[in-house]
Amino acid sequence: MKKVYETDLLVIGGGAAGLCAAAEAAGAGAQVTVIESDLHPGGQLVKQTHKFFGSKDEYAGTRGYKIADILLDEIKALGDKVKINCNTTVTGCYPEDGVYTVMEGEENYYRVKAKKTVIATGAQERMIPFPNNDLPGVYGAGAVQTLMNVYGVVPGKRVVMVGAGNIGLIVSYQLTQAGVEVAAVVEAMPKIGGYWVHAAKIRRLGIPILLRHTVVEAIGDKVLEGAVIQGLDDKFQLIGEPQTIDCDIICMAVGLTPTTELFWQAGCKMQYVPQLCGYVPFRDGAMRTSNPDIWVAGDASGIEEASAAMVEGRIAGHSAAKALGLKVEDKKFDEYWTRLHHLRAGEVGEKILAGINQVLVSGWEA
Amino acid sequence: MELIKNHPILEYAHGEEVTFTFDGKELKGYAGEPIAMALHANGVHIYRVTPEMKRTRGFFCAIGKCSSCFMVVDGVPNVRTCVTPLTAGMKVETQKDKGRVPLEVC
Repeated sequence: MKKVYETDLLVIGGGAAGLCAAAEAAGAGAQVTVIESDLHPGGQLVKQTHKFFGSKDEYAGTRGYKIADILLDEIKALGDKVKINCNTTVTGCYPEDGVYTVMEGEENYYRVKAKKTVIATGAQERMIPFPNNDLPGVYGAGAVQTLMNVYGVVPGKRVVMVGAGNIGLIVSYQLTQAGVEVAAVVEAMPKIGGYWVHAAKIRRLGIPILLRHTVVEAIGDKVLEGAVIQGLDDKFQLIGEPQTIDCDIICMAVGLTPTTELFWQAGCKMQYVPQLCGYVPFRDGAMRTSNPDIWVAGDASGIEEASAAMVEGRIAGHSAAKALGLKVEDKKFDEYWTRLHHLRAGEVGEKILAGINQVLVSGWEA
Repeated sequence: MELIKNHPILEYAHGEEVTFTFDGKELKGYAGEPIAMALHANGVHIYRVTPEMKRTRGFFCAIGKCSSCFMVVDGVPNVRTCVTPLTAGMKVETQKDKGRVPLEVC
């Protein structure tokens, strides 16, 4: 292996949370290195064509991909304080000496030694089991968004969307914007999981949302040719006759789970929290984990919206800068927490808070 | 290439158009964009065949995490084509076995 590359603050993940953490810490004077596995920074923001909800502080009313530009402009204005390495993946964490192994592209490996680290690795898509779910044409919802919204590639001709949460609803609408037919949205639950406004947009276009339905099989020899769907009863048992829908894409929008490998490697205290959609690290009010050199922010701390991820990134970046010995304004923590509380008002926020309360500690013993 | 021509919100800024090969056949794509996107735009959906069950696999997560889109690129197997940028003249091949690493003779 080549030389060790040193940095004050390593931010793993250049999405909504990571970019905010980087901007915040660099704004306080830290030298920051962001490692991003994709070919460009911005994470999921770059795929979002819809206008965000939430509050004005978190760019409500602005389209997601434009929020990414705003954050990148903020970082650019900080000059050489922030270095963003794209097409680079952190492959391992060695907590005993603060060394991370990193892979740039597919073949160039090097090591990074960081004084402090914010892990903002985001989330990955969940999958449900059914025969032939590995056929080309069964795609994750995020992948479909990448094809059409980032690279302008027509994903297919006719789509069956699985899941009527916000992602399933929004991506269905985005597919129609890209000129692709959505045959149906199937949802196992008896009610629509996402916001009513997103559901209304696709119902106005005549796209059926089939509640209490699931996909039971993908059809096709070498590539996808159709989806078999069937009804579900109150106990989620199959009822009625299966029905075949011709399609060349089954788009999976059945939820996300936090990406947490590095926290496990770092020995962070973890817990499974259903409301946060998987195992997540315990954290204090400053998003610091049980490993005093590691902070968490964004979906890696529990599945929530990008607006909350951005505020969490600010908190983590601010706290990490303080731990580096830099001068920061303590009252900013209160301001950020107030912003988070505003975002978590309402029914969805209640569920998130119930989850967070299971892993929030008032402080770590020194 | 099957590209979105008119989008109500987005404008796409593509890079330089380049030629590459897929299993020996010449295709066009944009330099700097992931190999998997260029293949998809050209109607190529099968990226590898699994070593034991001989199942066809293609695009799936597009964030370099699922290993579904592994291909042999310029002789190197197990390349995550969804996050590897396309370059002019690249030789892209369907991966049909576990992926043999070429041995370098010292």
